[in-house]
Amino acid sequence: MYKKVFARPKALEDVPFHFCPGCTHGIIHRLIAEVIEELNVFEQTIGVCPVGCAVFAYNYFACDIFQAAHGRAPAVATGIKRALPDRVVFTYQGDGDLAAIGMGEIVHAAARGEKISVFFINNSVYGMTGGQMAPTTLPGQVTTTTPYGRDREINGNPVRVCEMFSVIDGAAYVARVSVHNPANIIKTKKAIKKAFQVQLSGLGFALVEILSACPTNWGLSPAEALNWLAENLIAYYPLGDFKIPKEEAKNV
Amino acid sequence: MAKVLMKGNEAFGEGAIRAGCRFYFGYPITPQSELAHFLAKRMPEVGGTFLQAESELASINMVFGAAGAGARVMTSSSGPGISLMQEGISFIACAELPCVIVNIMRGGPGLGNIAPVQSDYFQATRGGGHGDYRLIVLAPSSVQEIIDLVWEAFVLAEKYLNPILMLGDGLLGQMMEPVELDEEKEFFIPLRPWAASGRMGGPKRIINTLYIVPEEAEKHNFKLNQKYKEIEVKEQRWENYQTKDAQLVLVAFGTAARVCKGVVDYCREQGLPVGLIRPITLWPFPDKAFDYILSLGTVRYFLSVEMSTGQMIEDIRLAVDGRRPVHFYGRFGGMLPVLTDVVKEVKKLLLKEEP
Ligand SMILES: Cc1ncc(C[n+]2csc(CCOP(=O)(O)OP(=O)(O)O)c2C)c(N)n1
Ligand code: SF4
Repeated sequence: MYKKVFARPKALEDVPFHFCPGCTHGIIHRLIAEVIEELNVFEQTIGVCPVGCAVFAYNYFACDIFQAAHGRAPAVATGIKRALPDRVVFTYQGDGDLAAIGMGEIVHAAARGEKISVFFINNSVYGMTGGQMAPTTLPGQVTTTTPYGRDREINGNPVRVCEMFSVIDGAAYVARVSVHNPANIIKTKKAIKKAFQVQLSGLGFALVEILSACPTNWGLSPAEALNWLAENLIAYYPLGDFKIPKEEAKNV
Repeated sequence: MAKVLMKGNEAFGEGAIRAGCRFYFGYPITPQSELAHFLAKRMPEVGGTFLQAESELASINMVFGAAGAGARVMTSSSGPGISLMQEGISFIACAELPCVIVNIMRGGPGLGNIAPVQSDYFQATRGGGHGDYRLIVLAPSSVQEIIDLVWEAFVLAEKYLNPILMLGDGLLGQMMEPVELDEEKEFFIPLRPWAASGRMGGPKRIINTLYIVPEEAEKHNFKLNQKYKEIEVKEQRWENYQTKDAQLVLVAFGTAARVCKGVVDYCREQGLPVGLIRPITLWPFPDKAFDYILSLGTVRYFLSVEMSTGQMIEDIRLAVDGRRPVHFYGRFGGMLPVLTDVVKEVKKLLLKEEP
């Protein structure tokens, strides 16, 4: 008899992902599904998926799920959570979704301390629409709408979401993680779990920013993309906890 | 039966509470804010949720979330706020979720003013946002009718799984009238097997508006269209007032219809055969009212009286279909049609052929 050491989590449907080769959206989907199963909250979980490359999340997650308008997932999640306070509600949002068109909704969901878990996928570009500049595009980074590189004079500065949310009362847990190698994938899973636990203990709003690779729009091979992420994205977007729940902070 | 004095805007709120609505999300805008003030007080009394959103973009998407999770939910706004909601309304219509949206119209375009108008008729009756969809549009013209129609609105929303738009204006919202409140009717929340409320051992539910395959999108549009056709057949509502032997029939809704009732009474006193069709559903537009009146054979003219530069007149012309001339009288920008001016228009038409 062999022990089964790897299986598809129950919260994930048995269908292949549509993501490009080397895209890390798939890893993040799986981590969220694993955590939902480990915390034993599958039956009461409701997801809100974005417009963006993860728009088909409803085909992949096996829990009840909403497909929201671009940027509005936090408002949709607010409506769900207010209607059903005992359910576990999460949103999954890209950087265009959360930090550009949906910046208003996410900031106010955090300020209200909505008891939802937000997974913010920062791949520094708009994946779905063809690699345009995102609010998180690095200075100098070439995208389809910054063909000469992002120029701060013209395009302004990248938005550091975690730093910003670290000063919002109502945000209980804010952390930035990355999925460019196994060690960081394990840390990402821990952060995802924490974001759900914060919701389950009613502590408030939780946001986990996950640095993610978009080899297609970065014009890199999957392996190169992970290296580029490690060298460039992490340099601008440092990893770590930006805010931890108050009780825990006391014990540190 | 208790008669109480109530403001129109508050009546929307009280009507909603009585209809079992327990969730309201909204953003302040004149001339509908009393509705929010009222529900901010009233919702907690009945264990409901009142939440002031950060914008109308947010409030309509909160409505989307709550409705999709199975709640009976409502929002309200005016002009600019309703325009901001259009993307969300389109999503709600596509996902076939029930909810009630109140638009207390204000002067436009742009920031306009806060005076009573009816210039959002096109926006209301043509869907309003992107894509091929319709809202059922209810237009009360008294505070009592607000109370009655809000109940109806939730019933229709849940029967057809479609957003319902209630259209009023600043005058209707601000005015106080005595209303009769029934002993609180028992409301009933039907099972919502489609709601994405957490599986809890059941099958997976998806609230979705993405139909990436054109064949599937066409199928979904076809399904929606079948529903709209059924609504057009079954749900037309209107009031006939003195239309039996009328040679000139006024057509007006909401506040303009109140003025027109006065016009009819005045004209009748003077022996002029004038009547009124008051559409209560603006969509579906009550075509049947026109077929009926035309079948009587006495009517010679229709006169659309609107607080806009002429929007409903297009639907009247479609309904009359060239069988009689349709004339127009309108005031706009927040100016109200005055009885004597409408009477003048009536006389111009009716008396011009007299010897
Ligand atoms: C109101 C609106 N504007 C624009 C779009 C087009 N659009 C779809 S996804 C997207 C950006 C997606 O980028 P991001 O949120 O970073 O997610 P990613 O695709 O990179 O995962 C845009 C602009 C839309 N669907 N709706
Ligand atoms: S375009 Fe980028 S983000 Fe989208 S699936 Fe492909 S690699 Fe992933």
